[in-house]
Amino acid sequence: MPTTAPAAHALSDVTASDSTLRRFLHGLPGVDAVGLEARAASLGTRSIKTTAKAYAIDLAISMVDLTTLEGADTPGKVRALGAKAVHPDPTDRSTPATAAVCVYPDMVAAAKEAVAGSSVKVASVATAFPAGRAPLEVKLADVREAVAAGADEIDMVIDRGAFLAGRYLKVYDEIVAVKEACGADARLKVIFETGELSTYDNIRRASWLGMLAGADFIKTSTGKVAVNATPANTLLMLEAVRDFRAQTGVQVGVKPAGGIRTSKDAIKFLVLVNETVGEDWLDNHWFRFGASSLLNDLLMQRQRLATGRYSGPDYVTVD
Amino acid sequence: MNKEKPASAFAYAPAPESRSVVDIAPSYGLFIDGEFTEAADGKVFKTVSPSTEEVLSEVAQAGEADVDRAVRAARKAFEKWSALPGSERAKYLFRIARIIQERSRELAVLETLDNGKPIRETRDADLPLVAAHFFYYAGWADKLGHAGFGANPRPLGVAGQVIPWNFPLLMLAWKIAPALATGNTVVLKPAETTPLSALFFADICRQAGLPKGVVNILPGYGDAGAALVAHPDVNKVAFTGSTAVGKEIARTVAGTRKKLTLELGGKGANIVFDDAPIDQAVEGIVNGIFFNQGQVCCAGSRLLVQESVHDELLDSLKRRLSTLRLGDPLDKNTDIGAINSAEQLARITALAERGEAEGAERWSPACELPESGYWFAPTLFTGVTQAHTIARDEIFGPVLSVLTFRTPDEAVAKANNTQYGLSAGIWTEKGSRILAVANKLRAGVVWSNTFNKFDPTSPFGGYKESGFGREGGRHGLEAYLDV
Repeated sequence: MPTTAPAAHALSDVTASDSTLRRFLHGLPGVDAVGLEARAASLGTRSIKTTAKAYAIDLAISMVDLTTLEGADTPGKVRALGAKAVHPDPTDRSTPATAAVCVYPDMVAAAKEAVAGSSVKVASVATAFPAGRAPLEVKLADVREAVAAGADEIDMVIDRGAFLAGRYLKVYDEIVAVKEACGADARLKVIFETGELSTYDNIRRASWLGMLAGADFIKTSTGKVAVNATPANTLLMLEAVRDFRAQTGVQVGVKPAGGIRTSKDAIKFLVLVNETVGEDWLDNHWFRFGASSLLNDLLMQRQRLATGRYSGPDYVTVD
Repeated sequence: MNKEKPASAFAYAPAPESRSVVDIAPSYGLFIDGEFTEAADGKVFKTVSPSTEEVLSEVAQAGEADVDRAVRAARKAFEKWSALPGSERAKYLFRIARIIQERSRELAVLETLDNGKPIRETRDADLPLVAAHFFYYAGWADKLGHAGFGANPRPLGVAGQVIPWNFPLLMLAWKIAPALATGNTVVLKPAETTPLSALFFADICRQAGLPKGVVNILPGYGDAGAALVAHPDVNKVAFTGSTAVGKEIARTVAGTRKKLTLELGGKGANIVFDDAPIDQAVEGIVNGIFFNQGQVCCAGSRLLVQESVHDELLDSLKRRLSTLRLGDPLDKNTDIGAINSAEQLARITALAERGEAEGAERWSPACELPESGYWFAPTLFTGVTQAHTIARDEIFGPVLSVLTFRTPDEAVAKANNTQYGLSAGIWTEKGSRILAVANKLRAGVVWSNTFNKFDPTSPFGGYKESGFGREGGRHGLEAYLDV
């Protein structure tokens, strides 16, 4: 398959060959793990109160990709999820809708129906999620099916094996091909599975690789491995999208996924966004949370701010 | 989201730490022989909060007679204190350390009020380190025979200690913990602008049941410090502060049998090579010069950047400085607090003006300064050369001078071309370069890919006009032992 440069920007020549791509990715500034984690931890000590907290909770709700990715998923379960995405809190219609529901490709049609007429998008984890261990043709077919069924967004996993083996151009070409299969309308989120990439240097390289190949979003993880989104890997990816925009003028979104369960955690991530890339990324077109259980905690905190009292799990809906 | 975003979408609401956790009395005395007492001549002075100029309390001002009284109390206490088994002294030190931990929120708020530094720093940096120092030296108290100074090292006697205003409680811990662990007794003079936390520490000594006279605290001005240093019955002098005062002390002590350690000024070089982890280097630069408003003797106040990454690094640094939050030090989200005193503010202002006059380019982020109190915006100077005053004189404020270099040799030559030698930083992803460069730097501490990291186990001290002797670690014991 021919290599096509998706973006006619200043960096298009770095993807000319495997060796130019390797040289470029390995020429990116290194990441000092201790320093990165210290910075992420220090931003985690920001104290977000009152009006800022209320704003952050609504913002976080609007950024949730409400997700169900189980083997046992059924159209009924997806319909319930869709209804919740549109009206997360039936007792308070001022609650913003979530950004999207995220499902397996065969559930896209059901999800589309469930959120019809609302602002909620349907995202689908195509490309042989979560392992990505399938021939490219299979992955592309997966994507085409999902898009044909109405998916607005495709969450693809990269081939970590190829990446770790240093075959960067193969990974690049796959992303380019998937982006092409997404067509003009579906946005592409590229999942790195950072827990498997293991080093921060790799995460920065993968971020740039994904962006060079035309990713609309870069995403930490599938939620299916031990280490998923962390403040540190998200901070690193935010730095990457910031630097990429500075060099190419192209803005790319960021989506931490997996393991973000509490409002407190979500607000810490918003602080990372606010202080690393700023307001340009502080809406759900550019930042998302991949989460299933986070929403209920956000809703309980929201109710608490409204009423001054904590309610409990029975005052929010189960999916 | 389709709705129009408010002008400032995510402006953090104020998150002030409560002042009610600390109870500041309207007046305080000197702490001599386990009791609070008035100064012999009845003099008092006021201590103010640098962020608001509010008077916090009135404090007795020690004079020569009080110094004499305190030294005599310490001398008397020395006999019993030094005769205690090390394990007994350790118990007191452990007890003090635990009380500090228990009262750390109170002490953090107090320190922020009296000094002007952000609560984020007193809470997350100062107080944990203060407790850690007492714990660490408590551990040494019964193991002095194994510290490498012979089988039975002896204490020196009465230690006269004079500390600065930039880390009032931490400098107290650095001085008092090793002195007590080794069996010495102490007369300590805190700085005139920040006496309160030392007086609270006096209360902690009483709470811990420390024998009378082992620790004496004398708030006062330079004259009290001079009297303490000159007192014939003081056996050991330890001073942290300005180089000018350090030189005076060295002259006073010269020819006597007093042991002396000095920890003085600095003009630390923070060297960034072109293969550095840029984002973390930016954090390290910020931490190196804007921690405690740059009022740090080991601050990385000279940034040496390899020319090939100068523009890129400066862009990142300026963007990062624009996110610093300056304001109420008691707000948990404040990064930059107030300058400690009007006098210090005037000095910083004068040196920054000198930098401009000598042709360096000045830059500060857009930043509103509060109306009352002593404030100085974070400031960068680019185009600085070795010949500029701001590259040579210690500014002791949030002012960073940026210089460039082309080769590692040039970086080392420029870093060492200073009358000081306290700290330095190296930023590179190449391990062999870290070792090669660190070995050539004439600085007491060399941090690599980090800056301003402290730990009680690690010795700290200077070369050249930054002083001599080491504090912290096993080395820190030596200054208080007859070896």
